[in-house]
Amino acid sequence: MSLNVGILSIQGDVQENLLSTKSAIDELGLDVKVSEVKTPNEISQLDGLIIPGGESTTIGQLSLVNGSLKILKEKIENGMPVLGICAGMIMLSKTADDRVIGKTDQPLLDILDIKLERNSFGRQKESFEADVSMDLIGIPKFNGVFIRAPSVSDVGSGVEILSKFNERIVAVKKGNVIGTAFHPELTVDTSLHKYFVNLVNSSKK
Amino acid sequence: MDVTTVEQAQIAEEAGAVSVMVLDKLPSEVRKAGGVARTASIRIIEDIMDSVTIPVMAKCRIGHVHEALVLQETDVDMIDESEVLTPADESHHIWKWDFTTPVVNGARSLAEALRRIEEGASMIRTKGEPGTGNVAEAVTHIKKLNDELRIIKGIYDSGDNQDLVRIARDFKVSYDIVEQTAKLGRLPVVNFAAGGIATPADAAYLMSLGCDGIFVGSGIFNADDAKQRAKAIVLATTFWNESDKVKEAQKMIDERQSMLGLDVKTLELRMQDRGGSA
Repeated sequence: MSLNVGILSIQGDVQENLLSTKSAIDELGLDVKVSEVKTPNEISQLDGLIIPGGESTTIGQLSLVNGSLKILKEKIENGMPVLGICAGMIMLSKTADDRVIGKTDQPLLDILDIKLERNSFGRQKESFEADVSMDLIGIPKFNGVFIRAPSVSDVGSGVEILSKFNERIVAVKKGNVIGTAFHPELTVDTSLHKYFVNLVNSSKK
Repeated sequence: MDVTTVEQAQIAEEAGAVSVMVLDKLPSEVRKAGGVARTASIRIIEDIMDSVTIPVMAKCRIGHVHEALVLQETDVDMIDESEVLTPADESHHIWKWDFTTPVVNGARSLAEALRRIEEGASMIRTKGEPGTGNVAEAVTHIKKLNDELRIIKGIYDSGDNQDLVRIARDFKVSYDIVEQTAKLGRLPVVNFAAGGIATPADAAYLMSLGCDGIFVGSGIFNADDAKQRAKAIVLATTFWNESDKVKEAQKMIDERQSMLGLDVKTLELRMQDRGGSA
């Protein structure tokens, strides 16, 4: 039976992740399906999930309202691989403070023991691209697209630092949970999506 | 969501809005007040930027390069070159490629949308008829856009390049952008609905027509149940294809508290016509 990877489609760049994941699956030649998911029922059937970039307050608030937040947390805690991108990494974190506003009480999944600073590199105008490396997962060079990106200010025990940029942590991993501050779906390089699809595939063996 | 104060911006953020748009007056109030409508006070924009974590947008007048520069300098996350304000230049829009802050423009047709994109707009919204609480014009605009997209896609699929050249001339845009759009079968940038949205059902309807999102102008903070309505419209926008959720959202609002709408046929000021021929 083929595996199901879902793109959480509450809000954000869902289509771009759908396309990147499709390319990754094709390149790997694996029997994996990818679809948009929104409802608790759709989420319950997944083997892996990508939480895309967007507005974390919106994704959090609405997944709380429709009951998705609870089942997401259950599935991830039971080992389902998840890739959280930008707002998605914020959703996975334990605490997320804003660089300007400070403390926020937005709904979070509280899965990754990381402390996170939202809008860490500045506002829209300060968005940028830069090369980053994720040697631990075999990706030595990757074009990082940072858009109002967060950064990780502190990691708890067991959380591996995958990548740093300008002394700031921009990608982390703990077991099957990966978070990145940058947007791999906005580049032509599918290596991170391929790594993730492989992770989903091997977690089911 | 259109907001004029810090308090309204916070209500919008809590409701789950992806962004707020700062104005001096809501479009319906601009309509009532008459006179010249300009960009909002920088101090209010900055106060709002300091009190919400979501992106903050602000409007400048059509063609007003220096209002846009001031907004860019203020560090807003996006600029709306908007027909809600009084145009500063009747024959030119801003050349948006000169800006590092992204700009959104309104459009009533594919031709208008592509002209704005060629000027550097990174997002399009329907114009609708702002400040009316009447969704009819936004519906007309998105349907027209969709029809035109279907036509050029058909031409592209048939391989008739000469006809695409004819369309490019007719639209007053380059062949390249027509070809790119025809190949995609959609606009090459995100496209939101705007102008007259007042209820959750309005929002769901426009999402069902293929919009990527919704701008709500006067509809929320002109209503007497703004807090509830903000939440309800966000819900209906997100879960537009689940009719039970749209019903739930619609139930959160009270029609007796909706803004009083305006018939678009008898309007003295049609904001959508501003900058339309350029």
